[in-house]
Amino acid sequence: MSLLSARGLTRHFGGLRAVDGVDFDLAPGEIHALIGPNGAGKTTFVGLLCGRVPVQVGAIRLDGRDITRLPAHRRVRAGIAYTFQITSVFARLTVFDNVALAVQARGEADLGGAVMAGLARVGLDPLAGQPAGTLSYGHQRLLELAMGLALAPRVLILDEPTQGLAAVEIQGFKALVRGLAPATAVLLIEHNMDVVMDLAHRVTVLEAGRVLATGTPAAIRADRAVQAAYLGG
Amino acid sequence: MTGAATGAGGVGGRDLALHLAVLAALLALQFVLPAYHHTNLARIMVLAVFAMGYNIAFGYTGLLSLGHALFFAAGLYATGLGIVHGSLAPGIAAVAGLLAGGAAAAAVGLLALRTAGVSFMIVTLMFAQAGFLVVLYFGGWTRGDEGFVLQGAQRLVFGLDLSQPGPRYGAALALFAAAVLVNLVLVRSRFGRVMLAMRENAERARMLGYDPFAVKLVALAVSGLYAGAAGAAYALLFGYVGASFASIQYSILPLLYVLLGGAGVVLGPFLGALVMFYLIDLSSSLTSAHLMVVGAALLALVLFAPQGILGTLRARLLPWLA
Repeated sequence: MSLLSARGLTRHFGGLRAVDGVDFDLAPGEIHALIGPNGAGKTTFVGLLCGRVPVQVGAIRLDGRDITRLPAHRRVRAGIAYTFQITSVFARLTVFDNVALAVQARGEADLGGAVMAGLARVGLDPLAGQPAGTLSYGHQRLLELAMGLALAPRVLILDEPTQGLAAVEIQGFKALVRGLAPATAVLLIEHNMDVVMDLAHRVTVLEAGRVLATGTPAAIRADRAVQAAYLGG
Repeated sequence: MTGAATGAGGVGGRDLALHLAVLAALLALQFVLPAYHHTNLARIMVLAVFAMGYNIAFGYTGLLSLGHALFFAAGLYATGLGIVHGSLAPGIAAVAGLLAGGAAAAAVGLLALRTAGVSFMIVTLMFAQAGFLVVLYFGGWTRGDEGFVLQGAQRLVFGLDLSQPGPRYGAALALFAAAVLVNLVLVRSRFGRVMLAMRENAERARMLGYDPFAVKLVALAVSGLYAGAAGAAYALLFGYVGASFASIQYSILPLLYVLLGGAGVVLGPFLGALVMFYLIDLSSSLTSAHLMVVGAALLALVLFAPQGILGTLRARLLPWLA
């Protein structure tokens, strides 16, 4: 019983096999990390899941429903939220308005209350009135996260969420993600191995567009093929 | 929290007070203005409604259209032809004009919104040029460049003779006031926030669950309703319907008004129309090279206040301005 599943997912760009026949399952409430060397196809793979990149071959199901051809904005409404690798908050809108866009997308009646609660979750509530573009990089990452959370998704896809965060912010981030279960399953692309080992229930390793291994963090750490390809032996 | 954040649900107090004060000033001005400026101001208010519609598409939603003359002309001709050839009552014809502007914008949007950026500018420009040629082609009804005149009972609405200065100013002000208030409510609404999100970053907005095509289409249709209403009012208040209003010039004018007054500010289009109108008026009384004066003014604008007059004022002094 998987919440989000992919079968034989494939995306080629010309001759480049960015994603090449990937099978993947995300269980409800699970925290799943996606790792792999640069160019392994991680961002393309999650782009296929959330609809930013069209699927060429294969199928995606959310809770049993085929969403392979569903446009991205309707997948968001169906419960798949995506936060961007390169921070892309609405720089000229206020921090409040950034989160309000996410909150009102789910038809919340008490917009002001829900937005401030969402900001408080990541500790940005004192900055609600500032233009988002004036925030520090770390705060923009947190705002991006708050926008994803404010959608109240069933699946939250985080593309390198801890990149550029200070150590203390990473601690806060880990606590926040742990608190999302069981309502929200999390799929995160992550380069920080401490975060992966600490947070993930399961890890999938991609290499050259294919799944090299899937398993618990301990099993992945022990896997010789993974060590050779990625963890540096 | 600043003004923009209080946009959580409604129009801020200072904001509303400022706009009501401007409307009250316009109401009072009609009793003191000399006849010449009285007519000018009525015309400026109608053109400002057109430019406010343009601002909804361009200033708030980021759609740089070069085809808004088509939507203005749709309102102008639906009203004018409806009265002259369709025997519609002028009031009904004005409603037809409003709807024609919205329908034209929605129809163009369905096709043009498949493109973005420069392609969108070119496609909207082409549609507007096609509309201009249609007006000329059906010269038997439209009388082409020469145009036709509405007079007497053709300009009576609710017993008001809109060819008379008093009713004309009143009607222009009523339309302008309605346009301002609707615009304020729109940009402070949840949908207004989504329009801004499309302007700032459509891809990010899509990943929050908004369909960029649908949002832009609605914004363009609303923009077209404004242009259609302005075109209808122009026909009734000034009594002339001609092909020049469908020409490229009337696609560029609202863009200039908006840039001059301030894109993404409700009163920007009005201020832009007012300043541009009198800039042309004053400079043409001094020199035959009046367009050079206008050009110099626009250059100064781009150099020193690229956000327009009110846009610059908002950035420096009035962050709460809608």
